[in-house]
Amino acid sequence: MPKMSFENHIMTQFDEELEEIRTQLMEMGGKVEQQLKNSIQAVIKANSKLAEEVIKEERLVDEMEVDIDEACILIIARRQPAASDLRFVMMVTKAINDLERIGDEARKIANHAVILSEQDGTSQGYKEVRHLGDSVCGMLADALDAFARFDVDAAMKTLEEDAQVDLDYKSALRELVTYMMEDPRSIGRAINVLWVVRSLERIGDHAKNLCEQIVYVVKGKDIRHQ
Amino acid sequence: MVKRVIMREATVAENTAKDPKSTSKQNLEVDQAQTTVGNCFCDNPKMSMRNVNVYYGDKQAIQDVSVDVAKNEVIAMIGPSGCGKSTFLRSLNRMNDTVDGCRVEGEVLLDGDNIYKQNLDVVELRARVGMVFQKPNPFPKSIFENIAYGPKIHGLADSRVDLDEIVENSLKKAGLWEEVKERLHQPGTGLSGGQQQRLCIARAIAVSPEVILMDEPCSALDPIATARIEELIEELSQNFTIAIVTHSMQQAARVSSRTAYFHLGKLIEVNPTEQVFTMPEHQLTEAYITGRFG
Repeated sequence: MPKMSFENHIMTQFDEELEEIRTQLMEMGGKVEQQLKNSIQAVIKANSKLAEEVIKEERLVDEMEVDIDEACILIIARRQPAASDLRFVMMVTKAINDLERIGDEARKIANHAVILSEQDGTSQGYKEVRHLGDSVCGMLADALDAFARFDVDAAMKTLEEDAQVDLDYKSALRELVTYMMEDPRSIGRAINVLWVVRSLERIGDHAKNLCEQIVYVVKGKDIRHQ
Repeated sequence: MVKRVIMREATVAENTAKDPKSTSKQNLEVDQAQTTVGNCFCDNPKMSMRNVNVYYGDKQAIQDVSVDVAKNEVIAMIGPSGCGKSTFLRSLNRMNDTVDGCRVEGEVLLDGDNIYKQNLDVVELRARVGMVFQKPNPFPKSIFENIAYGPKIHGLADSRVDLDEIVENSLKKAGLWEEVKERLHQPGTGLSGGQQQRLCIARAIAVSPEVILMDEPCSALDPIATARIEELIEELSQNFTIAIVTHSMQQAARVSSRTAYFHLGKLIEVNPTEQVFTMPEHQLTEAYITGRFG
């Protein structure tokens, strides 16, 4: 299996274009990671200012997606990439979609953070948010690291963490339902927390998709839905 | 890694050019290190090549190539200039016989019979294994005569009516009939490049060949004429077995079901086309089709 590298094309401009979309993807990944962390902090610390910032900055993530998408289309049109280059470009077009969706979920979390910060009440469910938030932030960071190094082993390890996130999500749901049954007045608030938890679970799925794409780009093997 | 392999190969090639004998041992080592990867063989071969070596004088152009071409398949041969793909193609209907100092070793079987056996009628062989060249080369005769010439000398037509029918059918199969039916007796050289190439294909199929060899059939044509020929290749593959040498990797990807990659006279990889262009098995194939050398 050839090592992933963008070097040594006869057209050095092609090397640069591939490196450029890789760099842009890493930047987008970094931005999305920051958005996610901030949105979780906004919920836990009831920091509506931070939440507003996340909502405002989501536009930047969208713009990054559009830019990278355009760069990929241009590469396909101009260079007709094949083999590892083709897999890489296709992977990037899918990965930015997942990253953009993670950005969307972070914005949704931030929206709920604003609502929660305006409501009086306990911090019931925040323990679950923190726990699940740490897990999916870790997954996303590991997935992006694995992408930066084209590290299949790390991607596979990260991918497996999603099963635990799903279990934690279910147990968080049970906790929240228990709170609601104990005190029906908390239902409105608990539902907001529930949406946050739900978004975190979805982010885990998107991070898993990123890992699957890394395996595809390096090994050429499609491991989705297995 | 890829770079290192190419450099090693390049050094061997340079040495071979300087003194073929002194590096024979080194060549052998490279040979052993690189057997063809992928699926070279198939269940229903139309042509089978076994351990084919081609020499131009002292220079070895093809090294120990073994591969099958299946019935009614389109196999594309790609590789950098001078890798031997055209030489190999020409050895499939003994076109190399016409080249001074060219020697072919090994077996080339057509339906199980070695085409290099003694006393074989080469003219008959070339009627069974036709060829289309890079530059359209119609005879300086009328369109009709271009097509009719082959069937006449091979005795395929008993009467003028038969001949008319063969000409019409061949032109129809080559997708040229509608464009030339009104001017069959005008010179073939008066047609456009794309039309001339289709005329040559019509001429090749007029003698009812079993295999058609195409040596960069579109390299002198514009994209629209190229698209017509590619469409034609797809249609012809219903009835004929086609081996095509092309410099255009996109063309190989579009028209072939299997792709063979040649490098410095060796067959490096043969695999289904979709695999070669998405996940090639050999790193040299990968390096070539991603544009890292050529």
